[in-house]
Amino acid sequence: MFGARGTVSTPRAAVLANRATRLGAANGMALWLMGCGVLTLLLTACSLVIGTSSIETSWHWLWMPDEQSAVVLWQIRLPRTLGAWCVGALLGLCGATAQGLFRNPLAEPYLLGTASGAALGVAISLIAVDSTIGELAWAGRLGLTGAACIGAIGATFLTIALSRGVLQTTRLLLAGIVVASVLAAATSLILLTKPDIFRAMQTFLLGSTAFLGWPSVALLGSVLGICLVPGLLWSRGLDALTLGEDTARSLGLSLPILRLALLGMISLGTAATVGEVGVVMFVGLMAPHVVRETLSVNHRQLLIAAPVCGGALLQAADLLCRWIIRPAELPVGAVTACVGGAYLVWLLWRRNRDA
Amino acid sequence: MVEARATSGAQQGRAVLSCHDLTVGYGTRQVLDRVSLNFAAAKWHAVVGPNGCGKSTLLRALAGLHGVRSGSISLCGRPLSAWPRRARARRLAWLAQHAGITDLTGAEVVRLGRLAHGGWLAARQMEDDVAIRRAMVATGSWDWAERRLSSLSGGERQRIYLARALAVEAPVLLLDEPTTHLDPPHQEDVVRLLRAQADGCEVCVVSAIHDLSLALAADRVIVMGRHQLIGHGTVHEALAGGWLSAAFETPIDVVDYKGTHLWRPALDP
Repeated sequence: MFGARGTVSTPRAAVLANRATRLGAANGMALWLMGCGVLTLLLTACSLVIGTSSIETSWHWLWMPDEQSAVVLWQIRLPRTLGAWCVGALLGLCGATAQGLFRNPLAEPYLLGTASGAALGVAISLIAVDSTIGELAWAGRLGLTGAACIGAIGATFLTIALSRGVLQTTRLLLAGIVVASVLAAATSLILLTKPDIFRAMQTFLLGSTAFLGWPSVALLGSVLGICLVPGLLWSRGLDALTLGEDTARSLGLSLPILRLALLGMISLGTAATVGEVGVVMFVGLMAPHVVRETLSVNHRQLLIAAPVCGGALLQAADLLCRWIIRPAELPVGAVTACVGGAYLVWLLWRRNRDA
Repeated sequence: MVEARATSGAQQGRAVLSCHDLTVGYGTRQVLDRVSLNFAAAKWHAVVGPNGCGKSTLLRALAGLHGVRSGSISLCGRPLSAWPRRARARRLAWLAQHAGITDLTGAEVVRLGRLAHGGWLAARQMEDDVAIRRAMVATGSWDWAERRLSSLSGGERQRIYLARALAVEAPVLLLDEPTTHLDPPHQEDVVRLLRAQADGCEVCVVSAIHDLSLALAADRVIVMGRHQLIGHGTVHEALAGGWLSAAFETPIDVVDYKGTHLWRPALDP
């Protein structure tokens, strides 16, 4: 009926045109992923060469590794850069999912209070390590990673409990903010009463990739694999959600199930990263934006591209923090905060100019 | 899908969707008070009434999107709440008055209409592709299949949303203001489309429509006043009973021009 107005080309021509542009879009995505892959390989190579010792020695090591250099390359630098990639990928994945789930481009992986929860967990466990109080001794045995994970997951549960379930995203966001500030206040109180753990806490709060070993890489890699499953399963659900909650429900989607699954995935992913490297700001926020700026994607593509992008971003940041003040190191979280903040401001200015 | 259409065809004239003593409200406000309605297959029903009288609420409640305080809704002879989520989504399509603007392409948005059909198998995929193309060609949005929704104008977007609802190929189609953002020729097209859905595909179409002249082209009208349901019947019954004037609480002048009912605005003093 609309065809009578001549707005519709013949179906055959349209099918052909359709196929051509589809192919174009798919090619764009493939090219983009390939570019990111090459970049990742380059960054990995650089990470192997650049370290606290001079570059010349490192090149030499690559060609003719002796016993000592082999240890440095394969036991320290390679797991560190791979671990950084995994952390960036997890943050990118969780950030993209959070932005889709909350239908808000400013959503980020830490918005459920995970970062503050993990910080509190670490603070408690740091006290417990040298504490003589019997009740706290168990926390010391868990180790910092375990304490951070428990704190992060506990904060997520607290957020969901405070928002009385997952029915309203606004309530969830507000509850997340409340939980984050209350837990941060609790951490500050602990720091005030126990100033001797201040330095250790600082390392954690600024994020550091320096302690990543092969066990961490294995853990982060498997968490990334686990987190990808619900993300990709519900990617069309996230697409439907962009049209509005009512439309998504009318399409037969169960929003509580979708939210619970994806919130669980976000809290697991962020808990693993926070436990391993501490708080790394802005990567989870930035990676999906970089993808959307360079590529037009649906959620299935975004949930594949954002981790790839986030991984490369954190590898680059890791490299930078080792490079800038050689032979000393900057905390990687400080680098991402500076670079990410600058990028967001630039994005904002560009948007304003366009408008 | 095919069998659902066959049953709805068999019971043509009988109610596919009905509500009995339906009461719906927000907070302390009662929007619908014990409303009982029947919606028949192969008929186009237009819901008219003043702003805020609960047209959207009625459609949302019928689509199962709004909690019901009391009363019952039945879809294809079975209580609405007893339907499994996805099975219900295949039988009942709902079009929002305001849908979100996304970066998805037109074809991707329309494909969301097939979400409950579970297109994992290749045969299903083919079926989906056919349904998507049919819906997009019918709404004249096929040319924008690969354009981003955010790059389209309001009217173009509205036609994509409409195609999304049609792509479900449900026997019941609930549309909240399907003609918003459209210029007059395209409003005409939507009306012709709704008529074709009702007559040709034997779909039960229920639409809230602002434009009285367009609404009076429907098979049946549901006239809602600010506080209660005024009437439910054919256009002739509505006009003979003066339902429109009662609903809007002001004289509504409808003229008969060569068999078409037109609303004449009372502009002269």
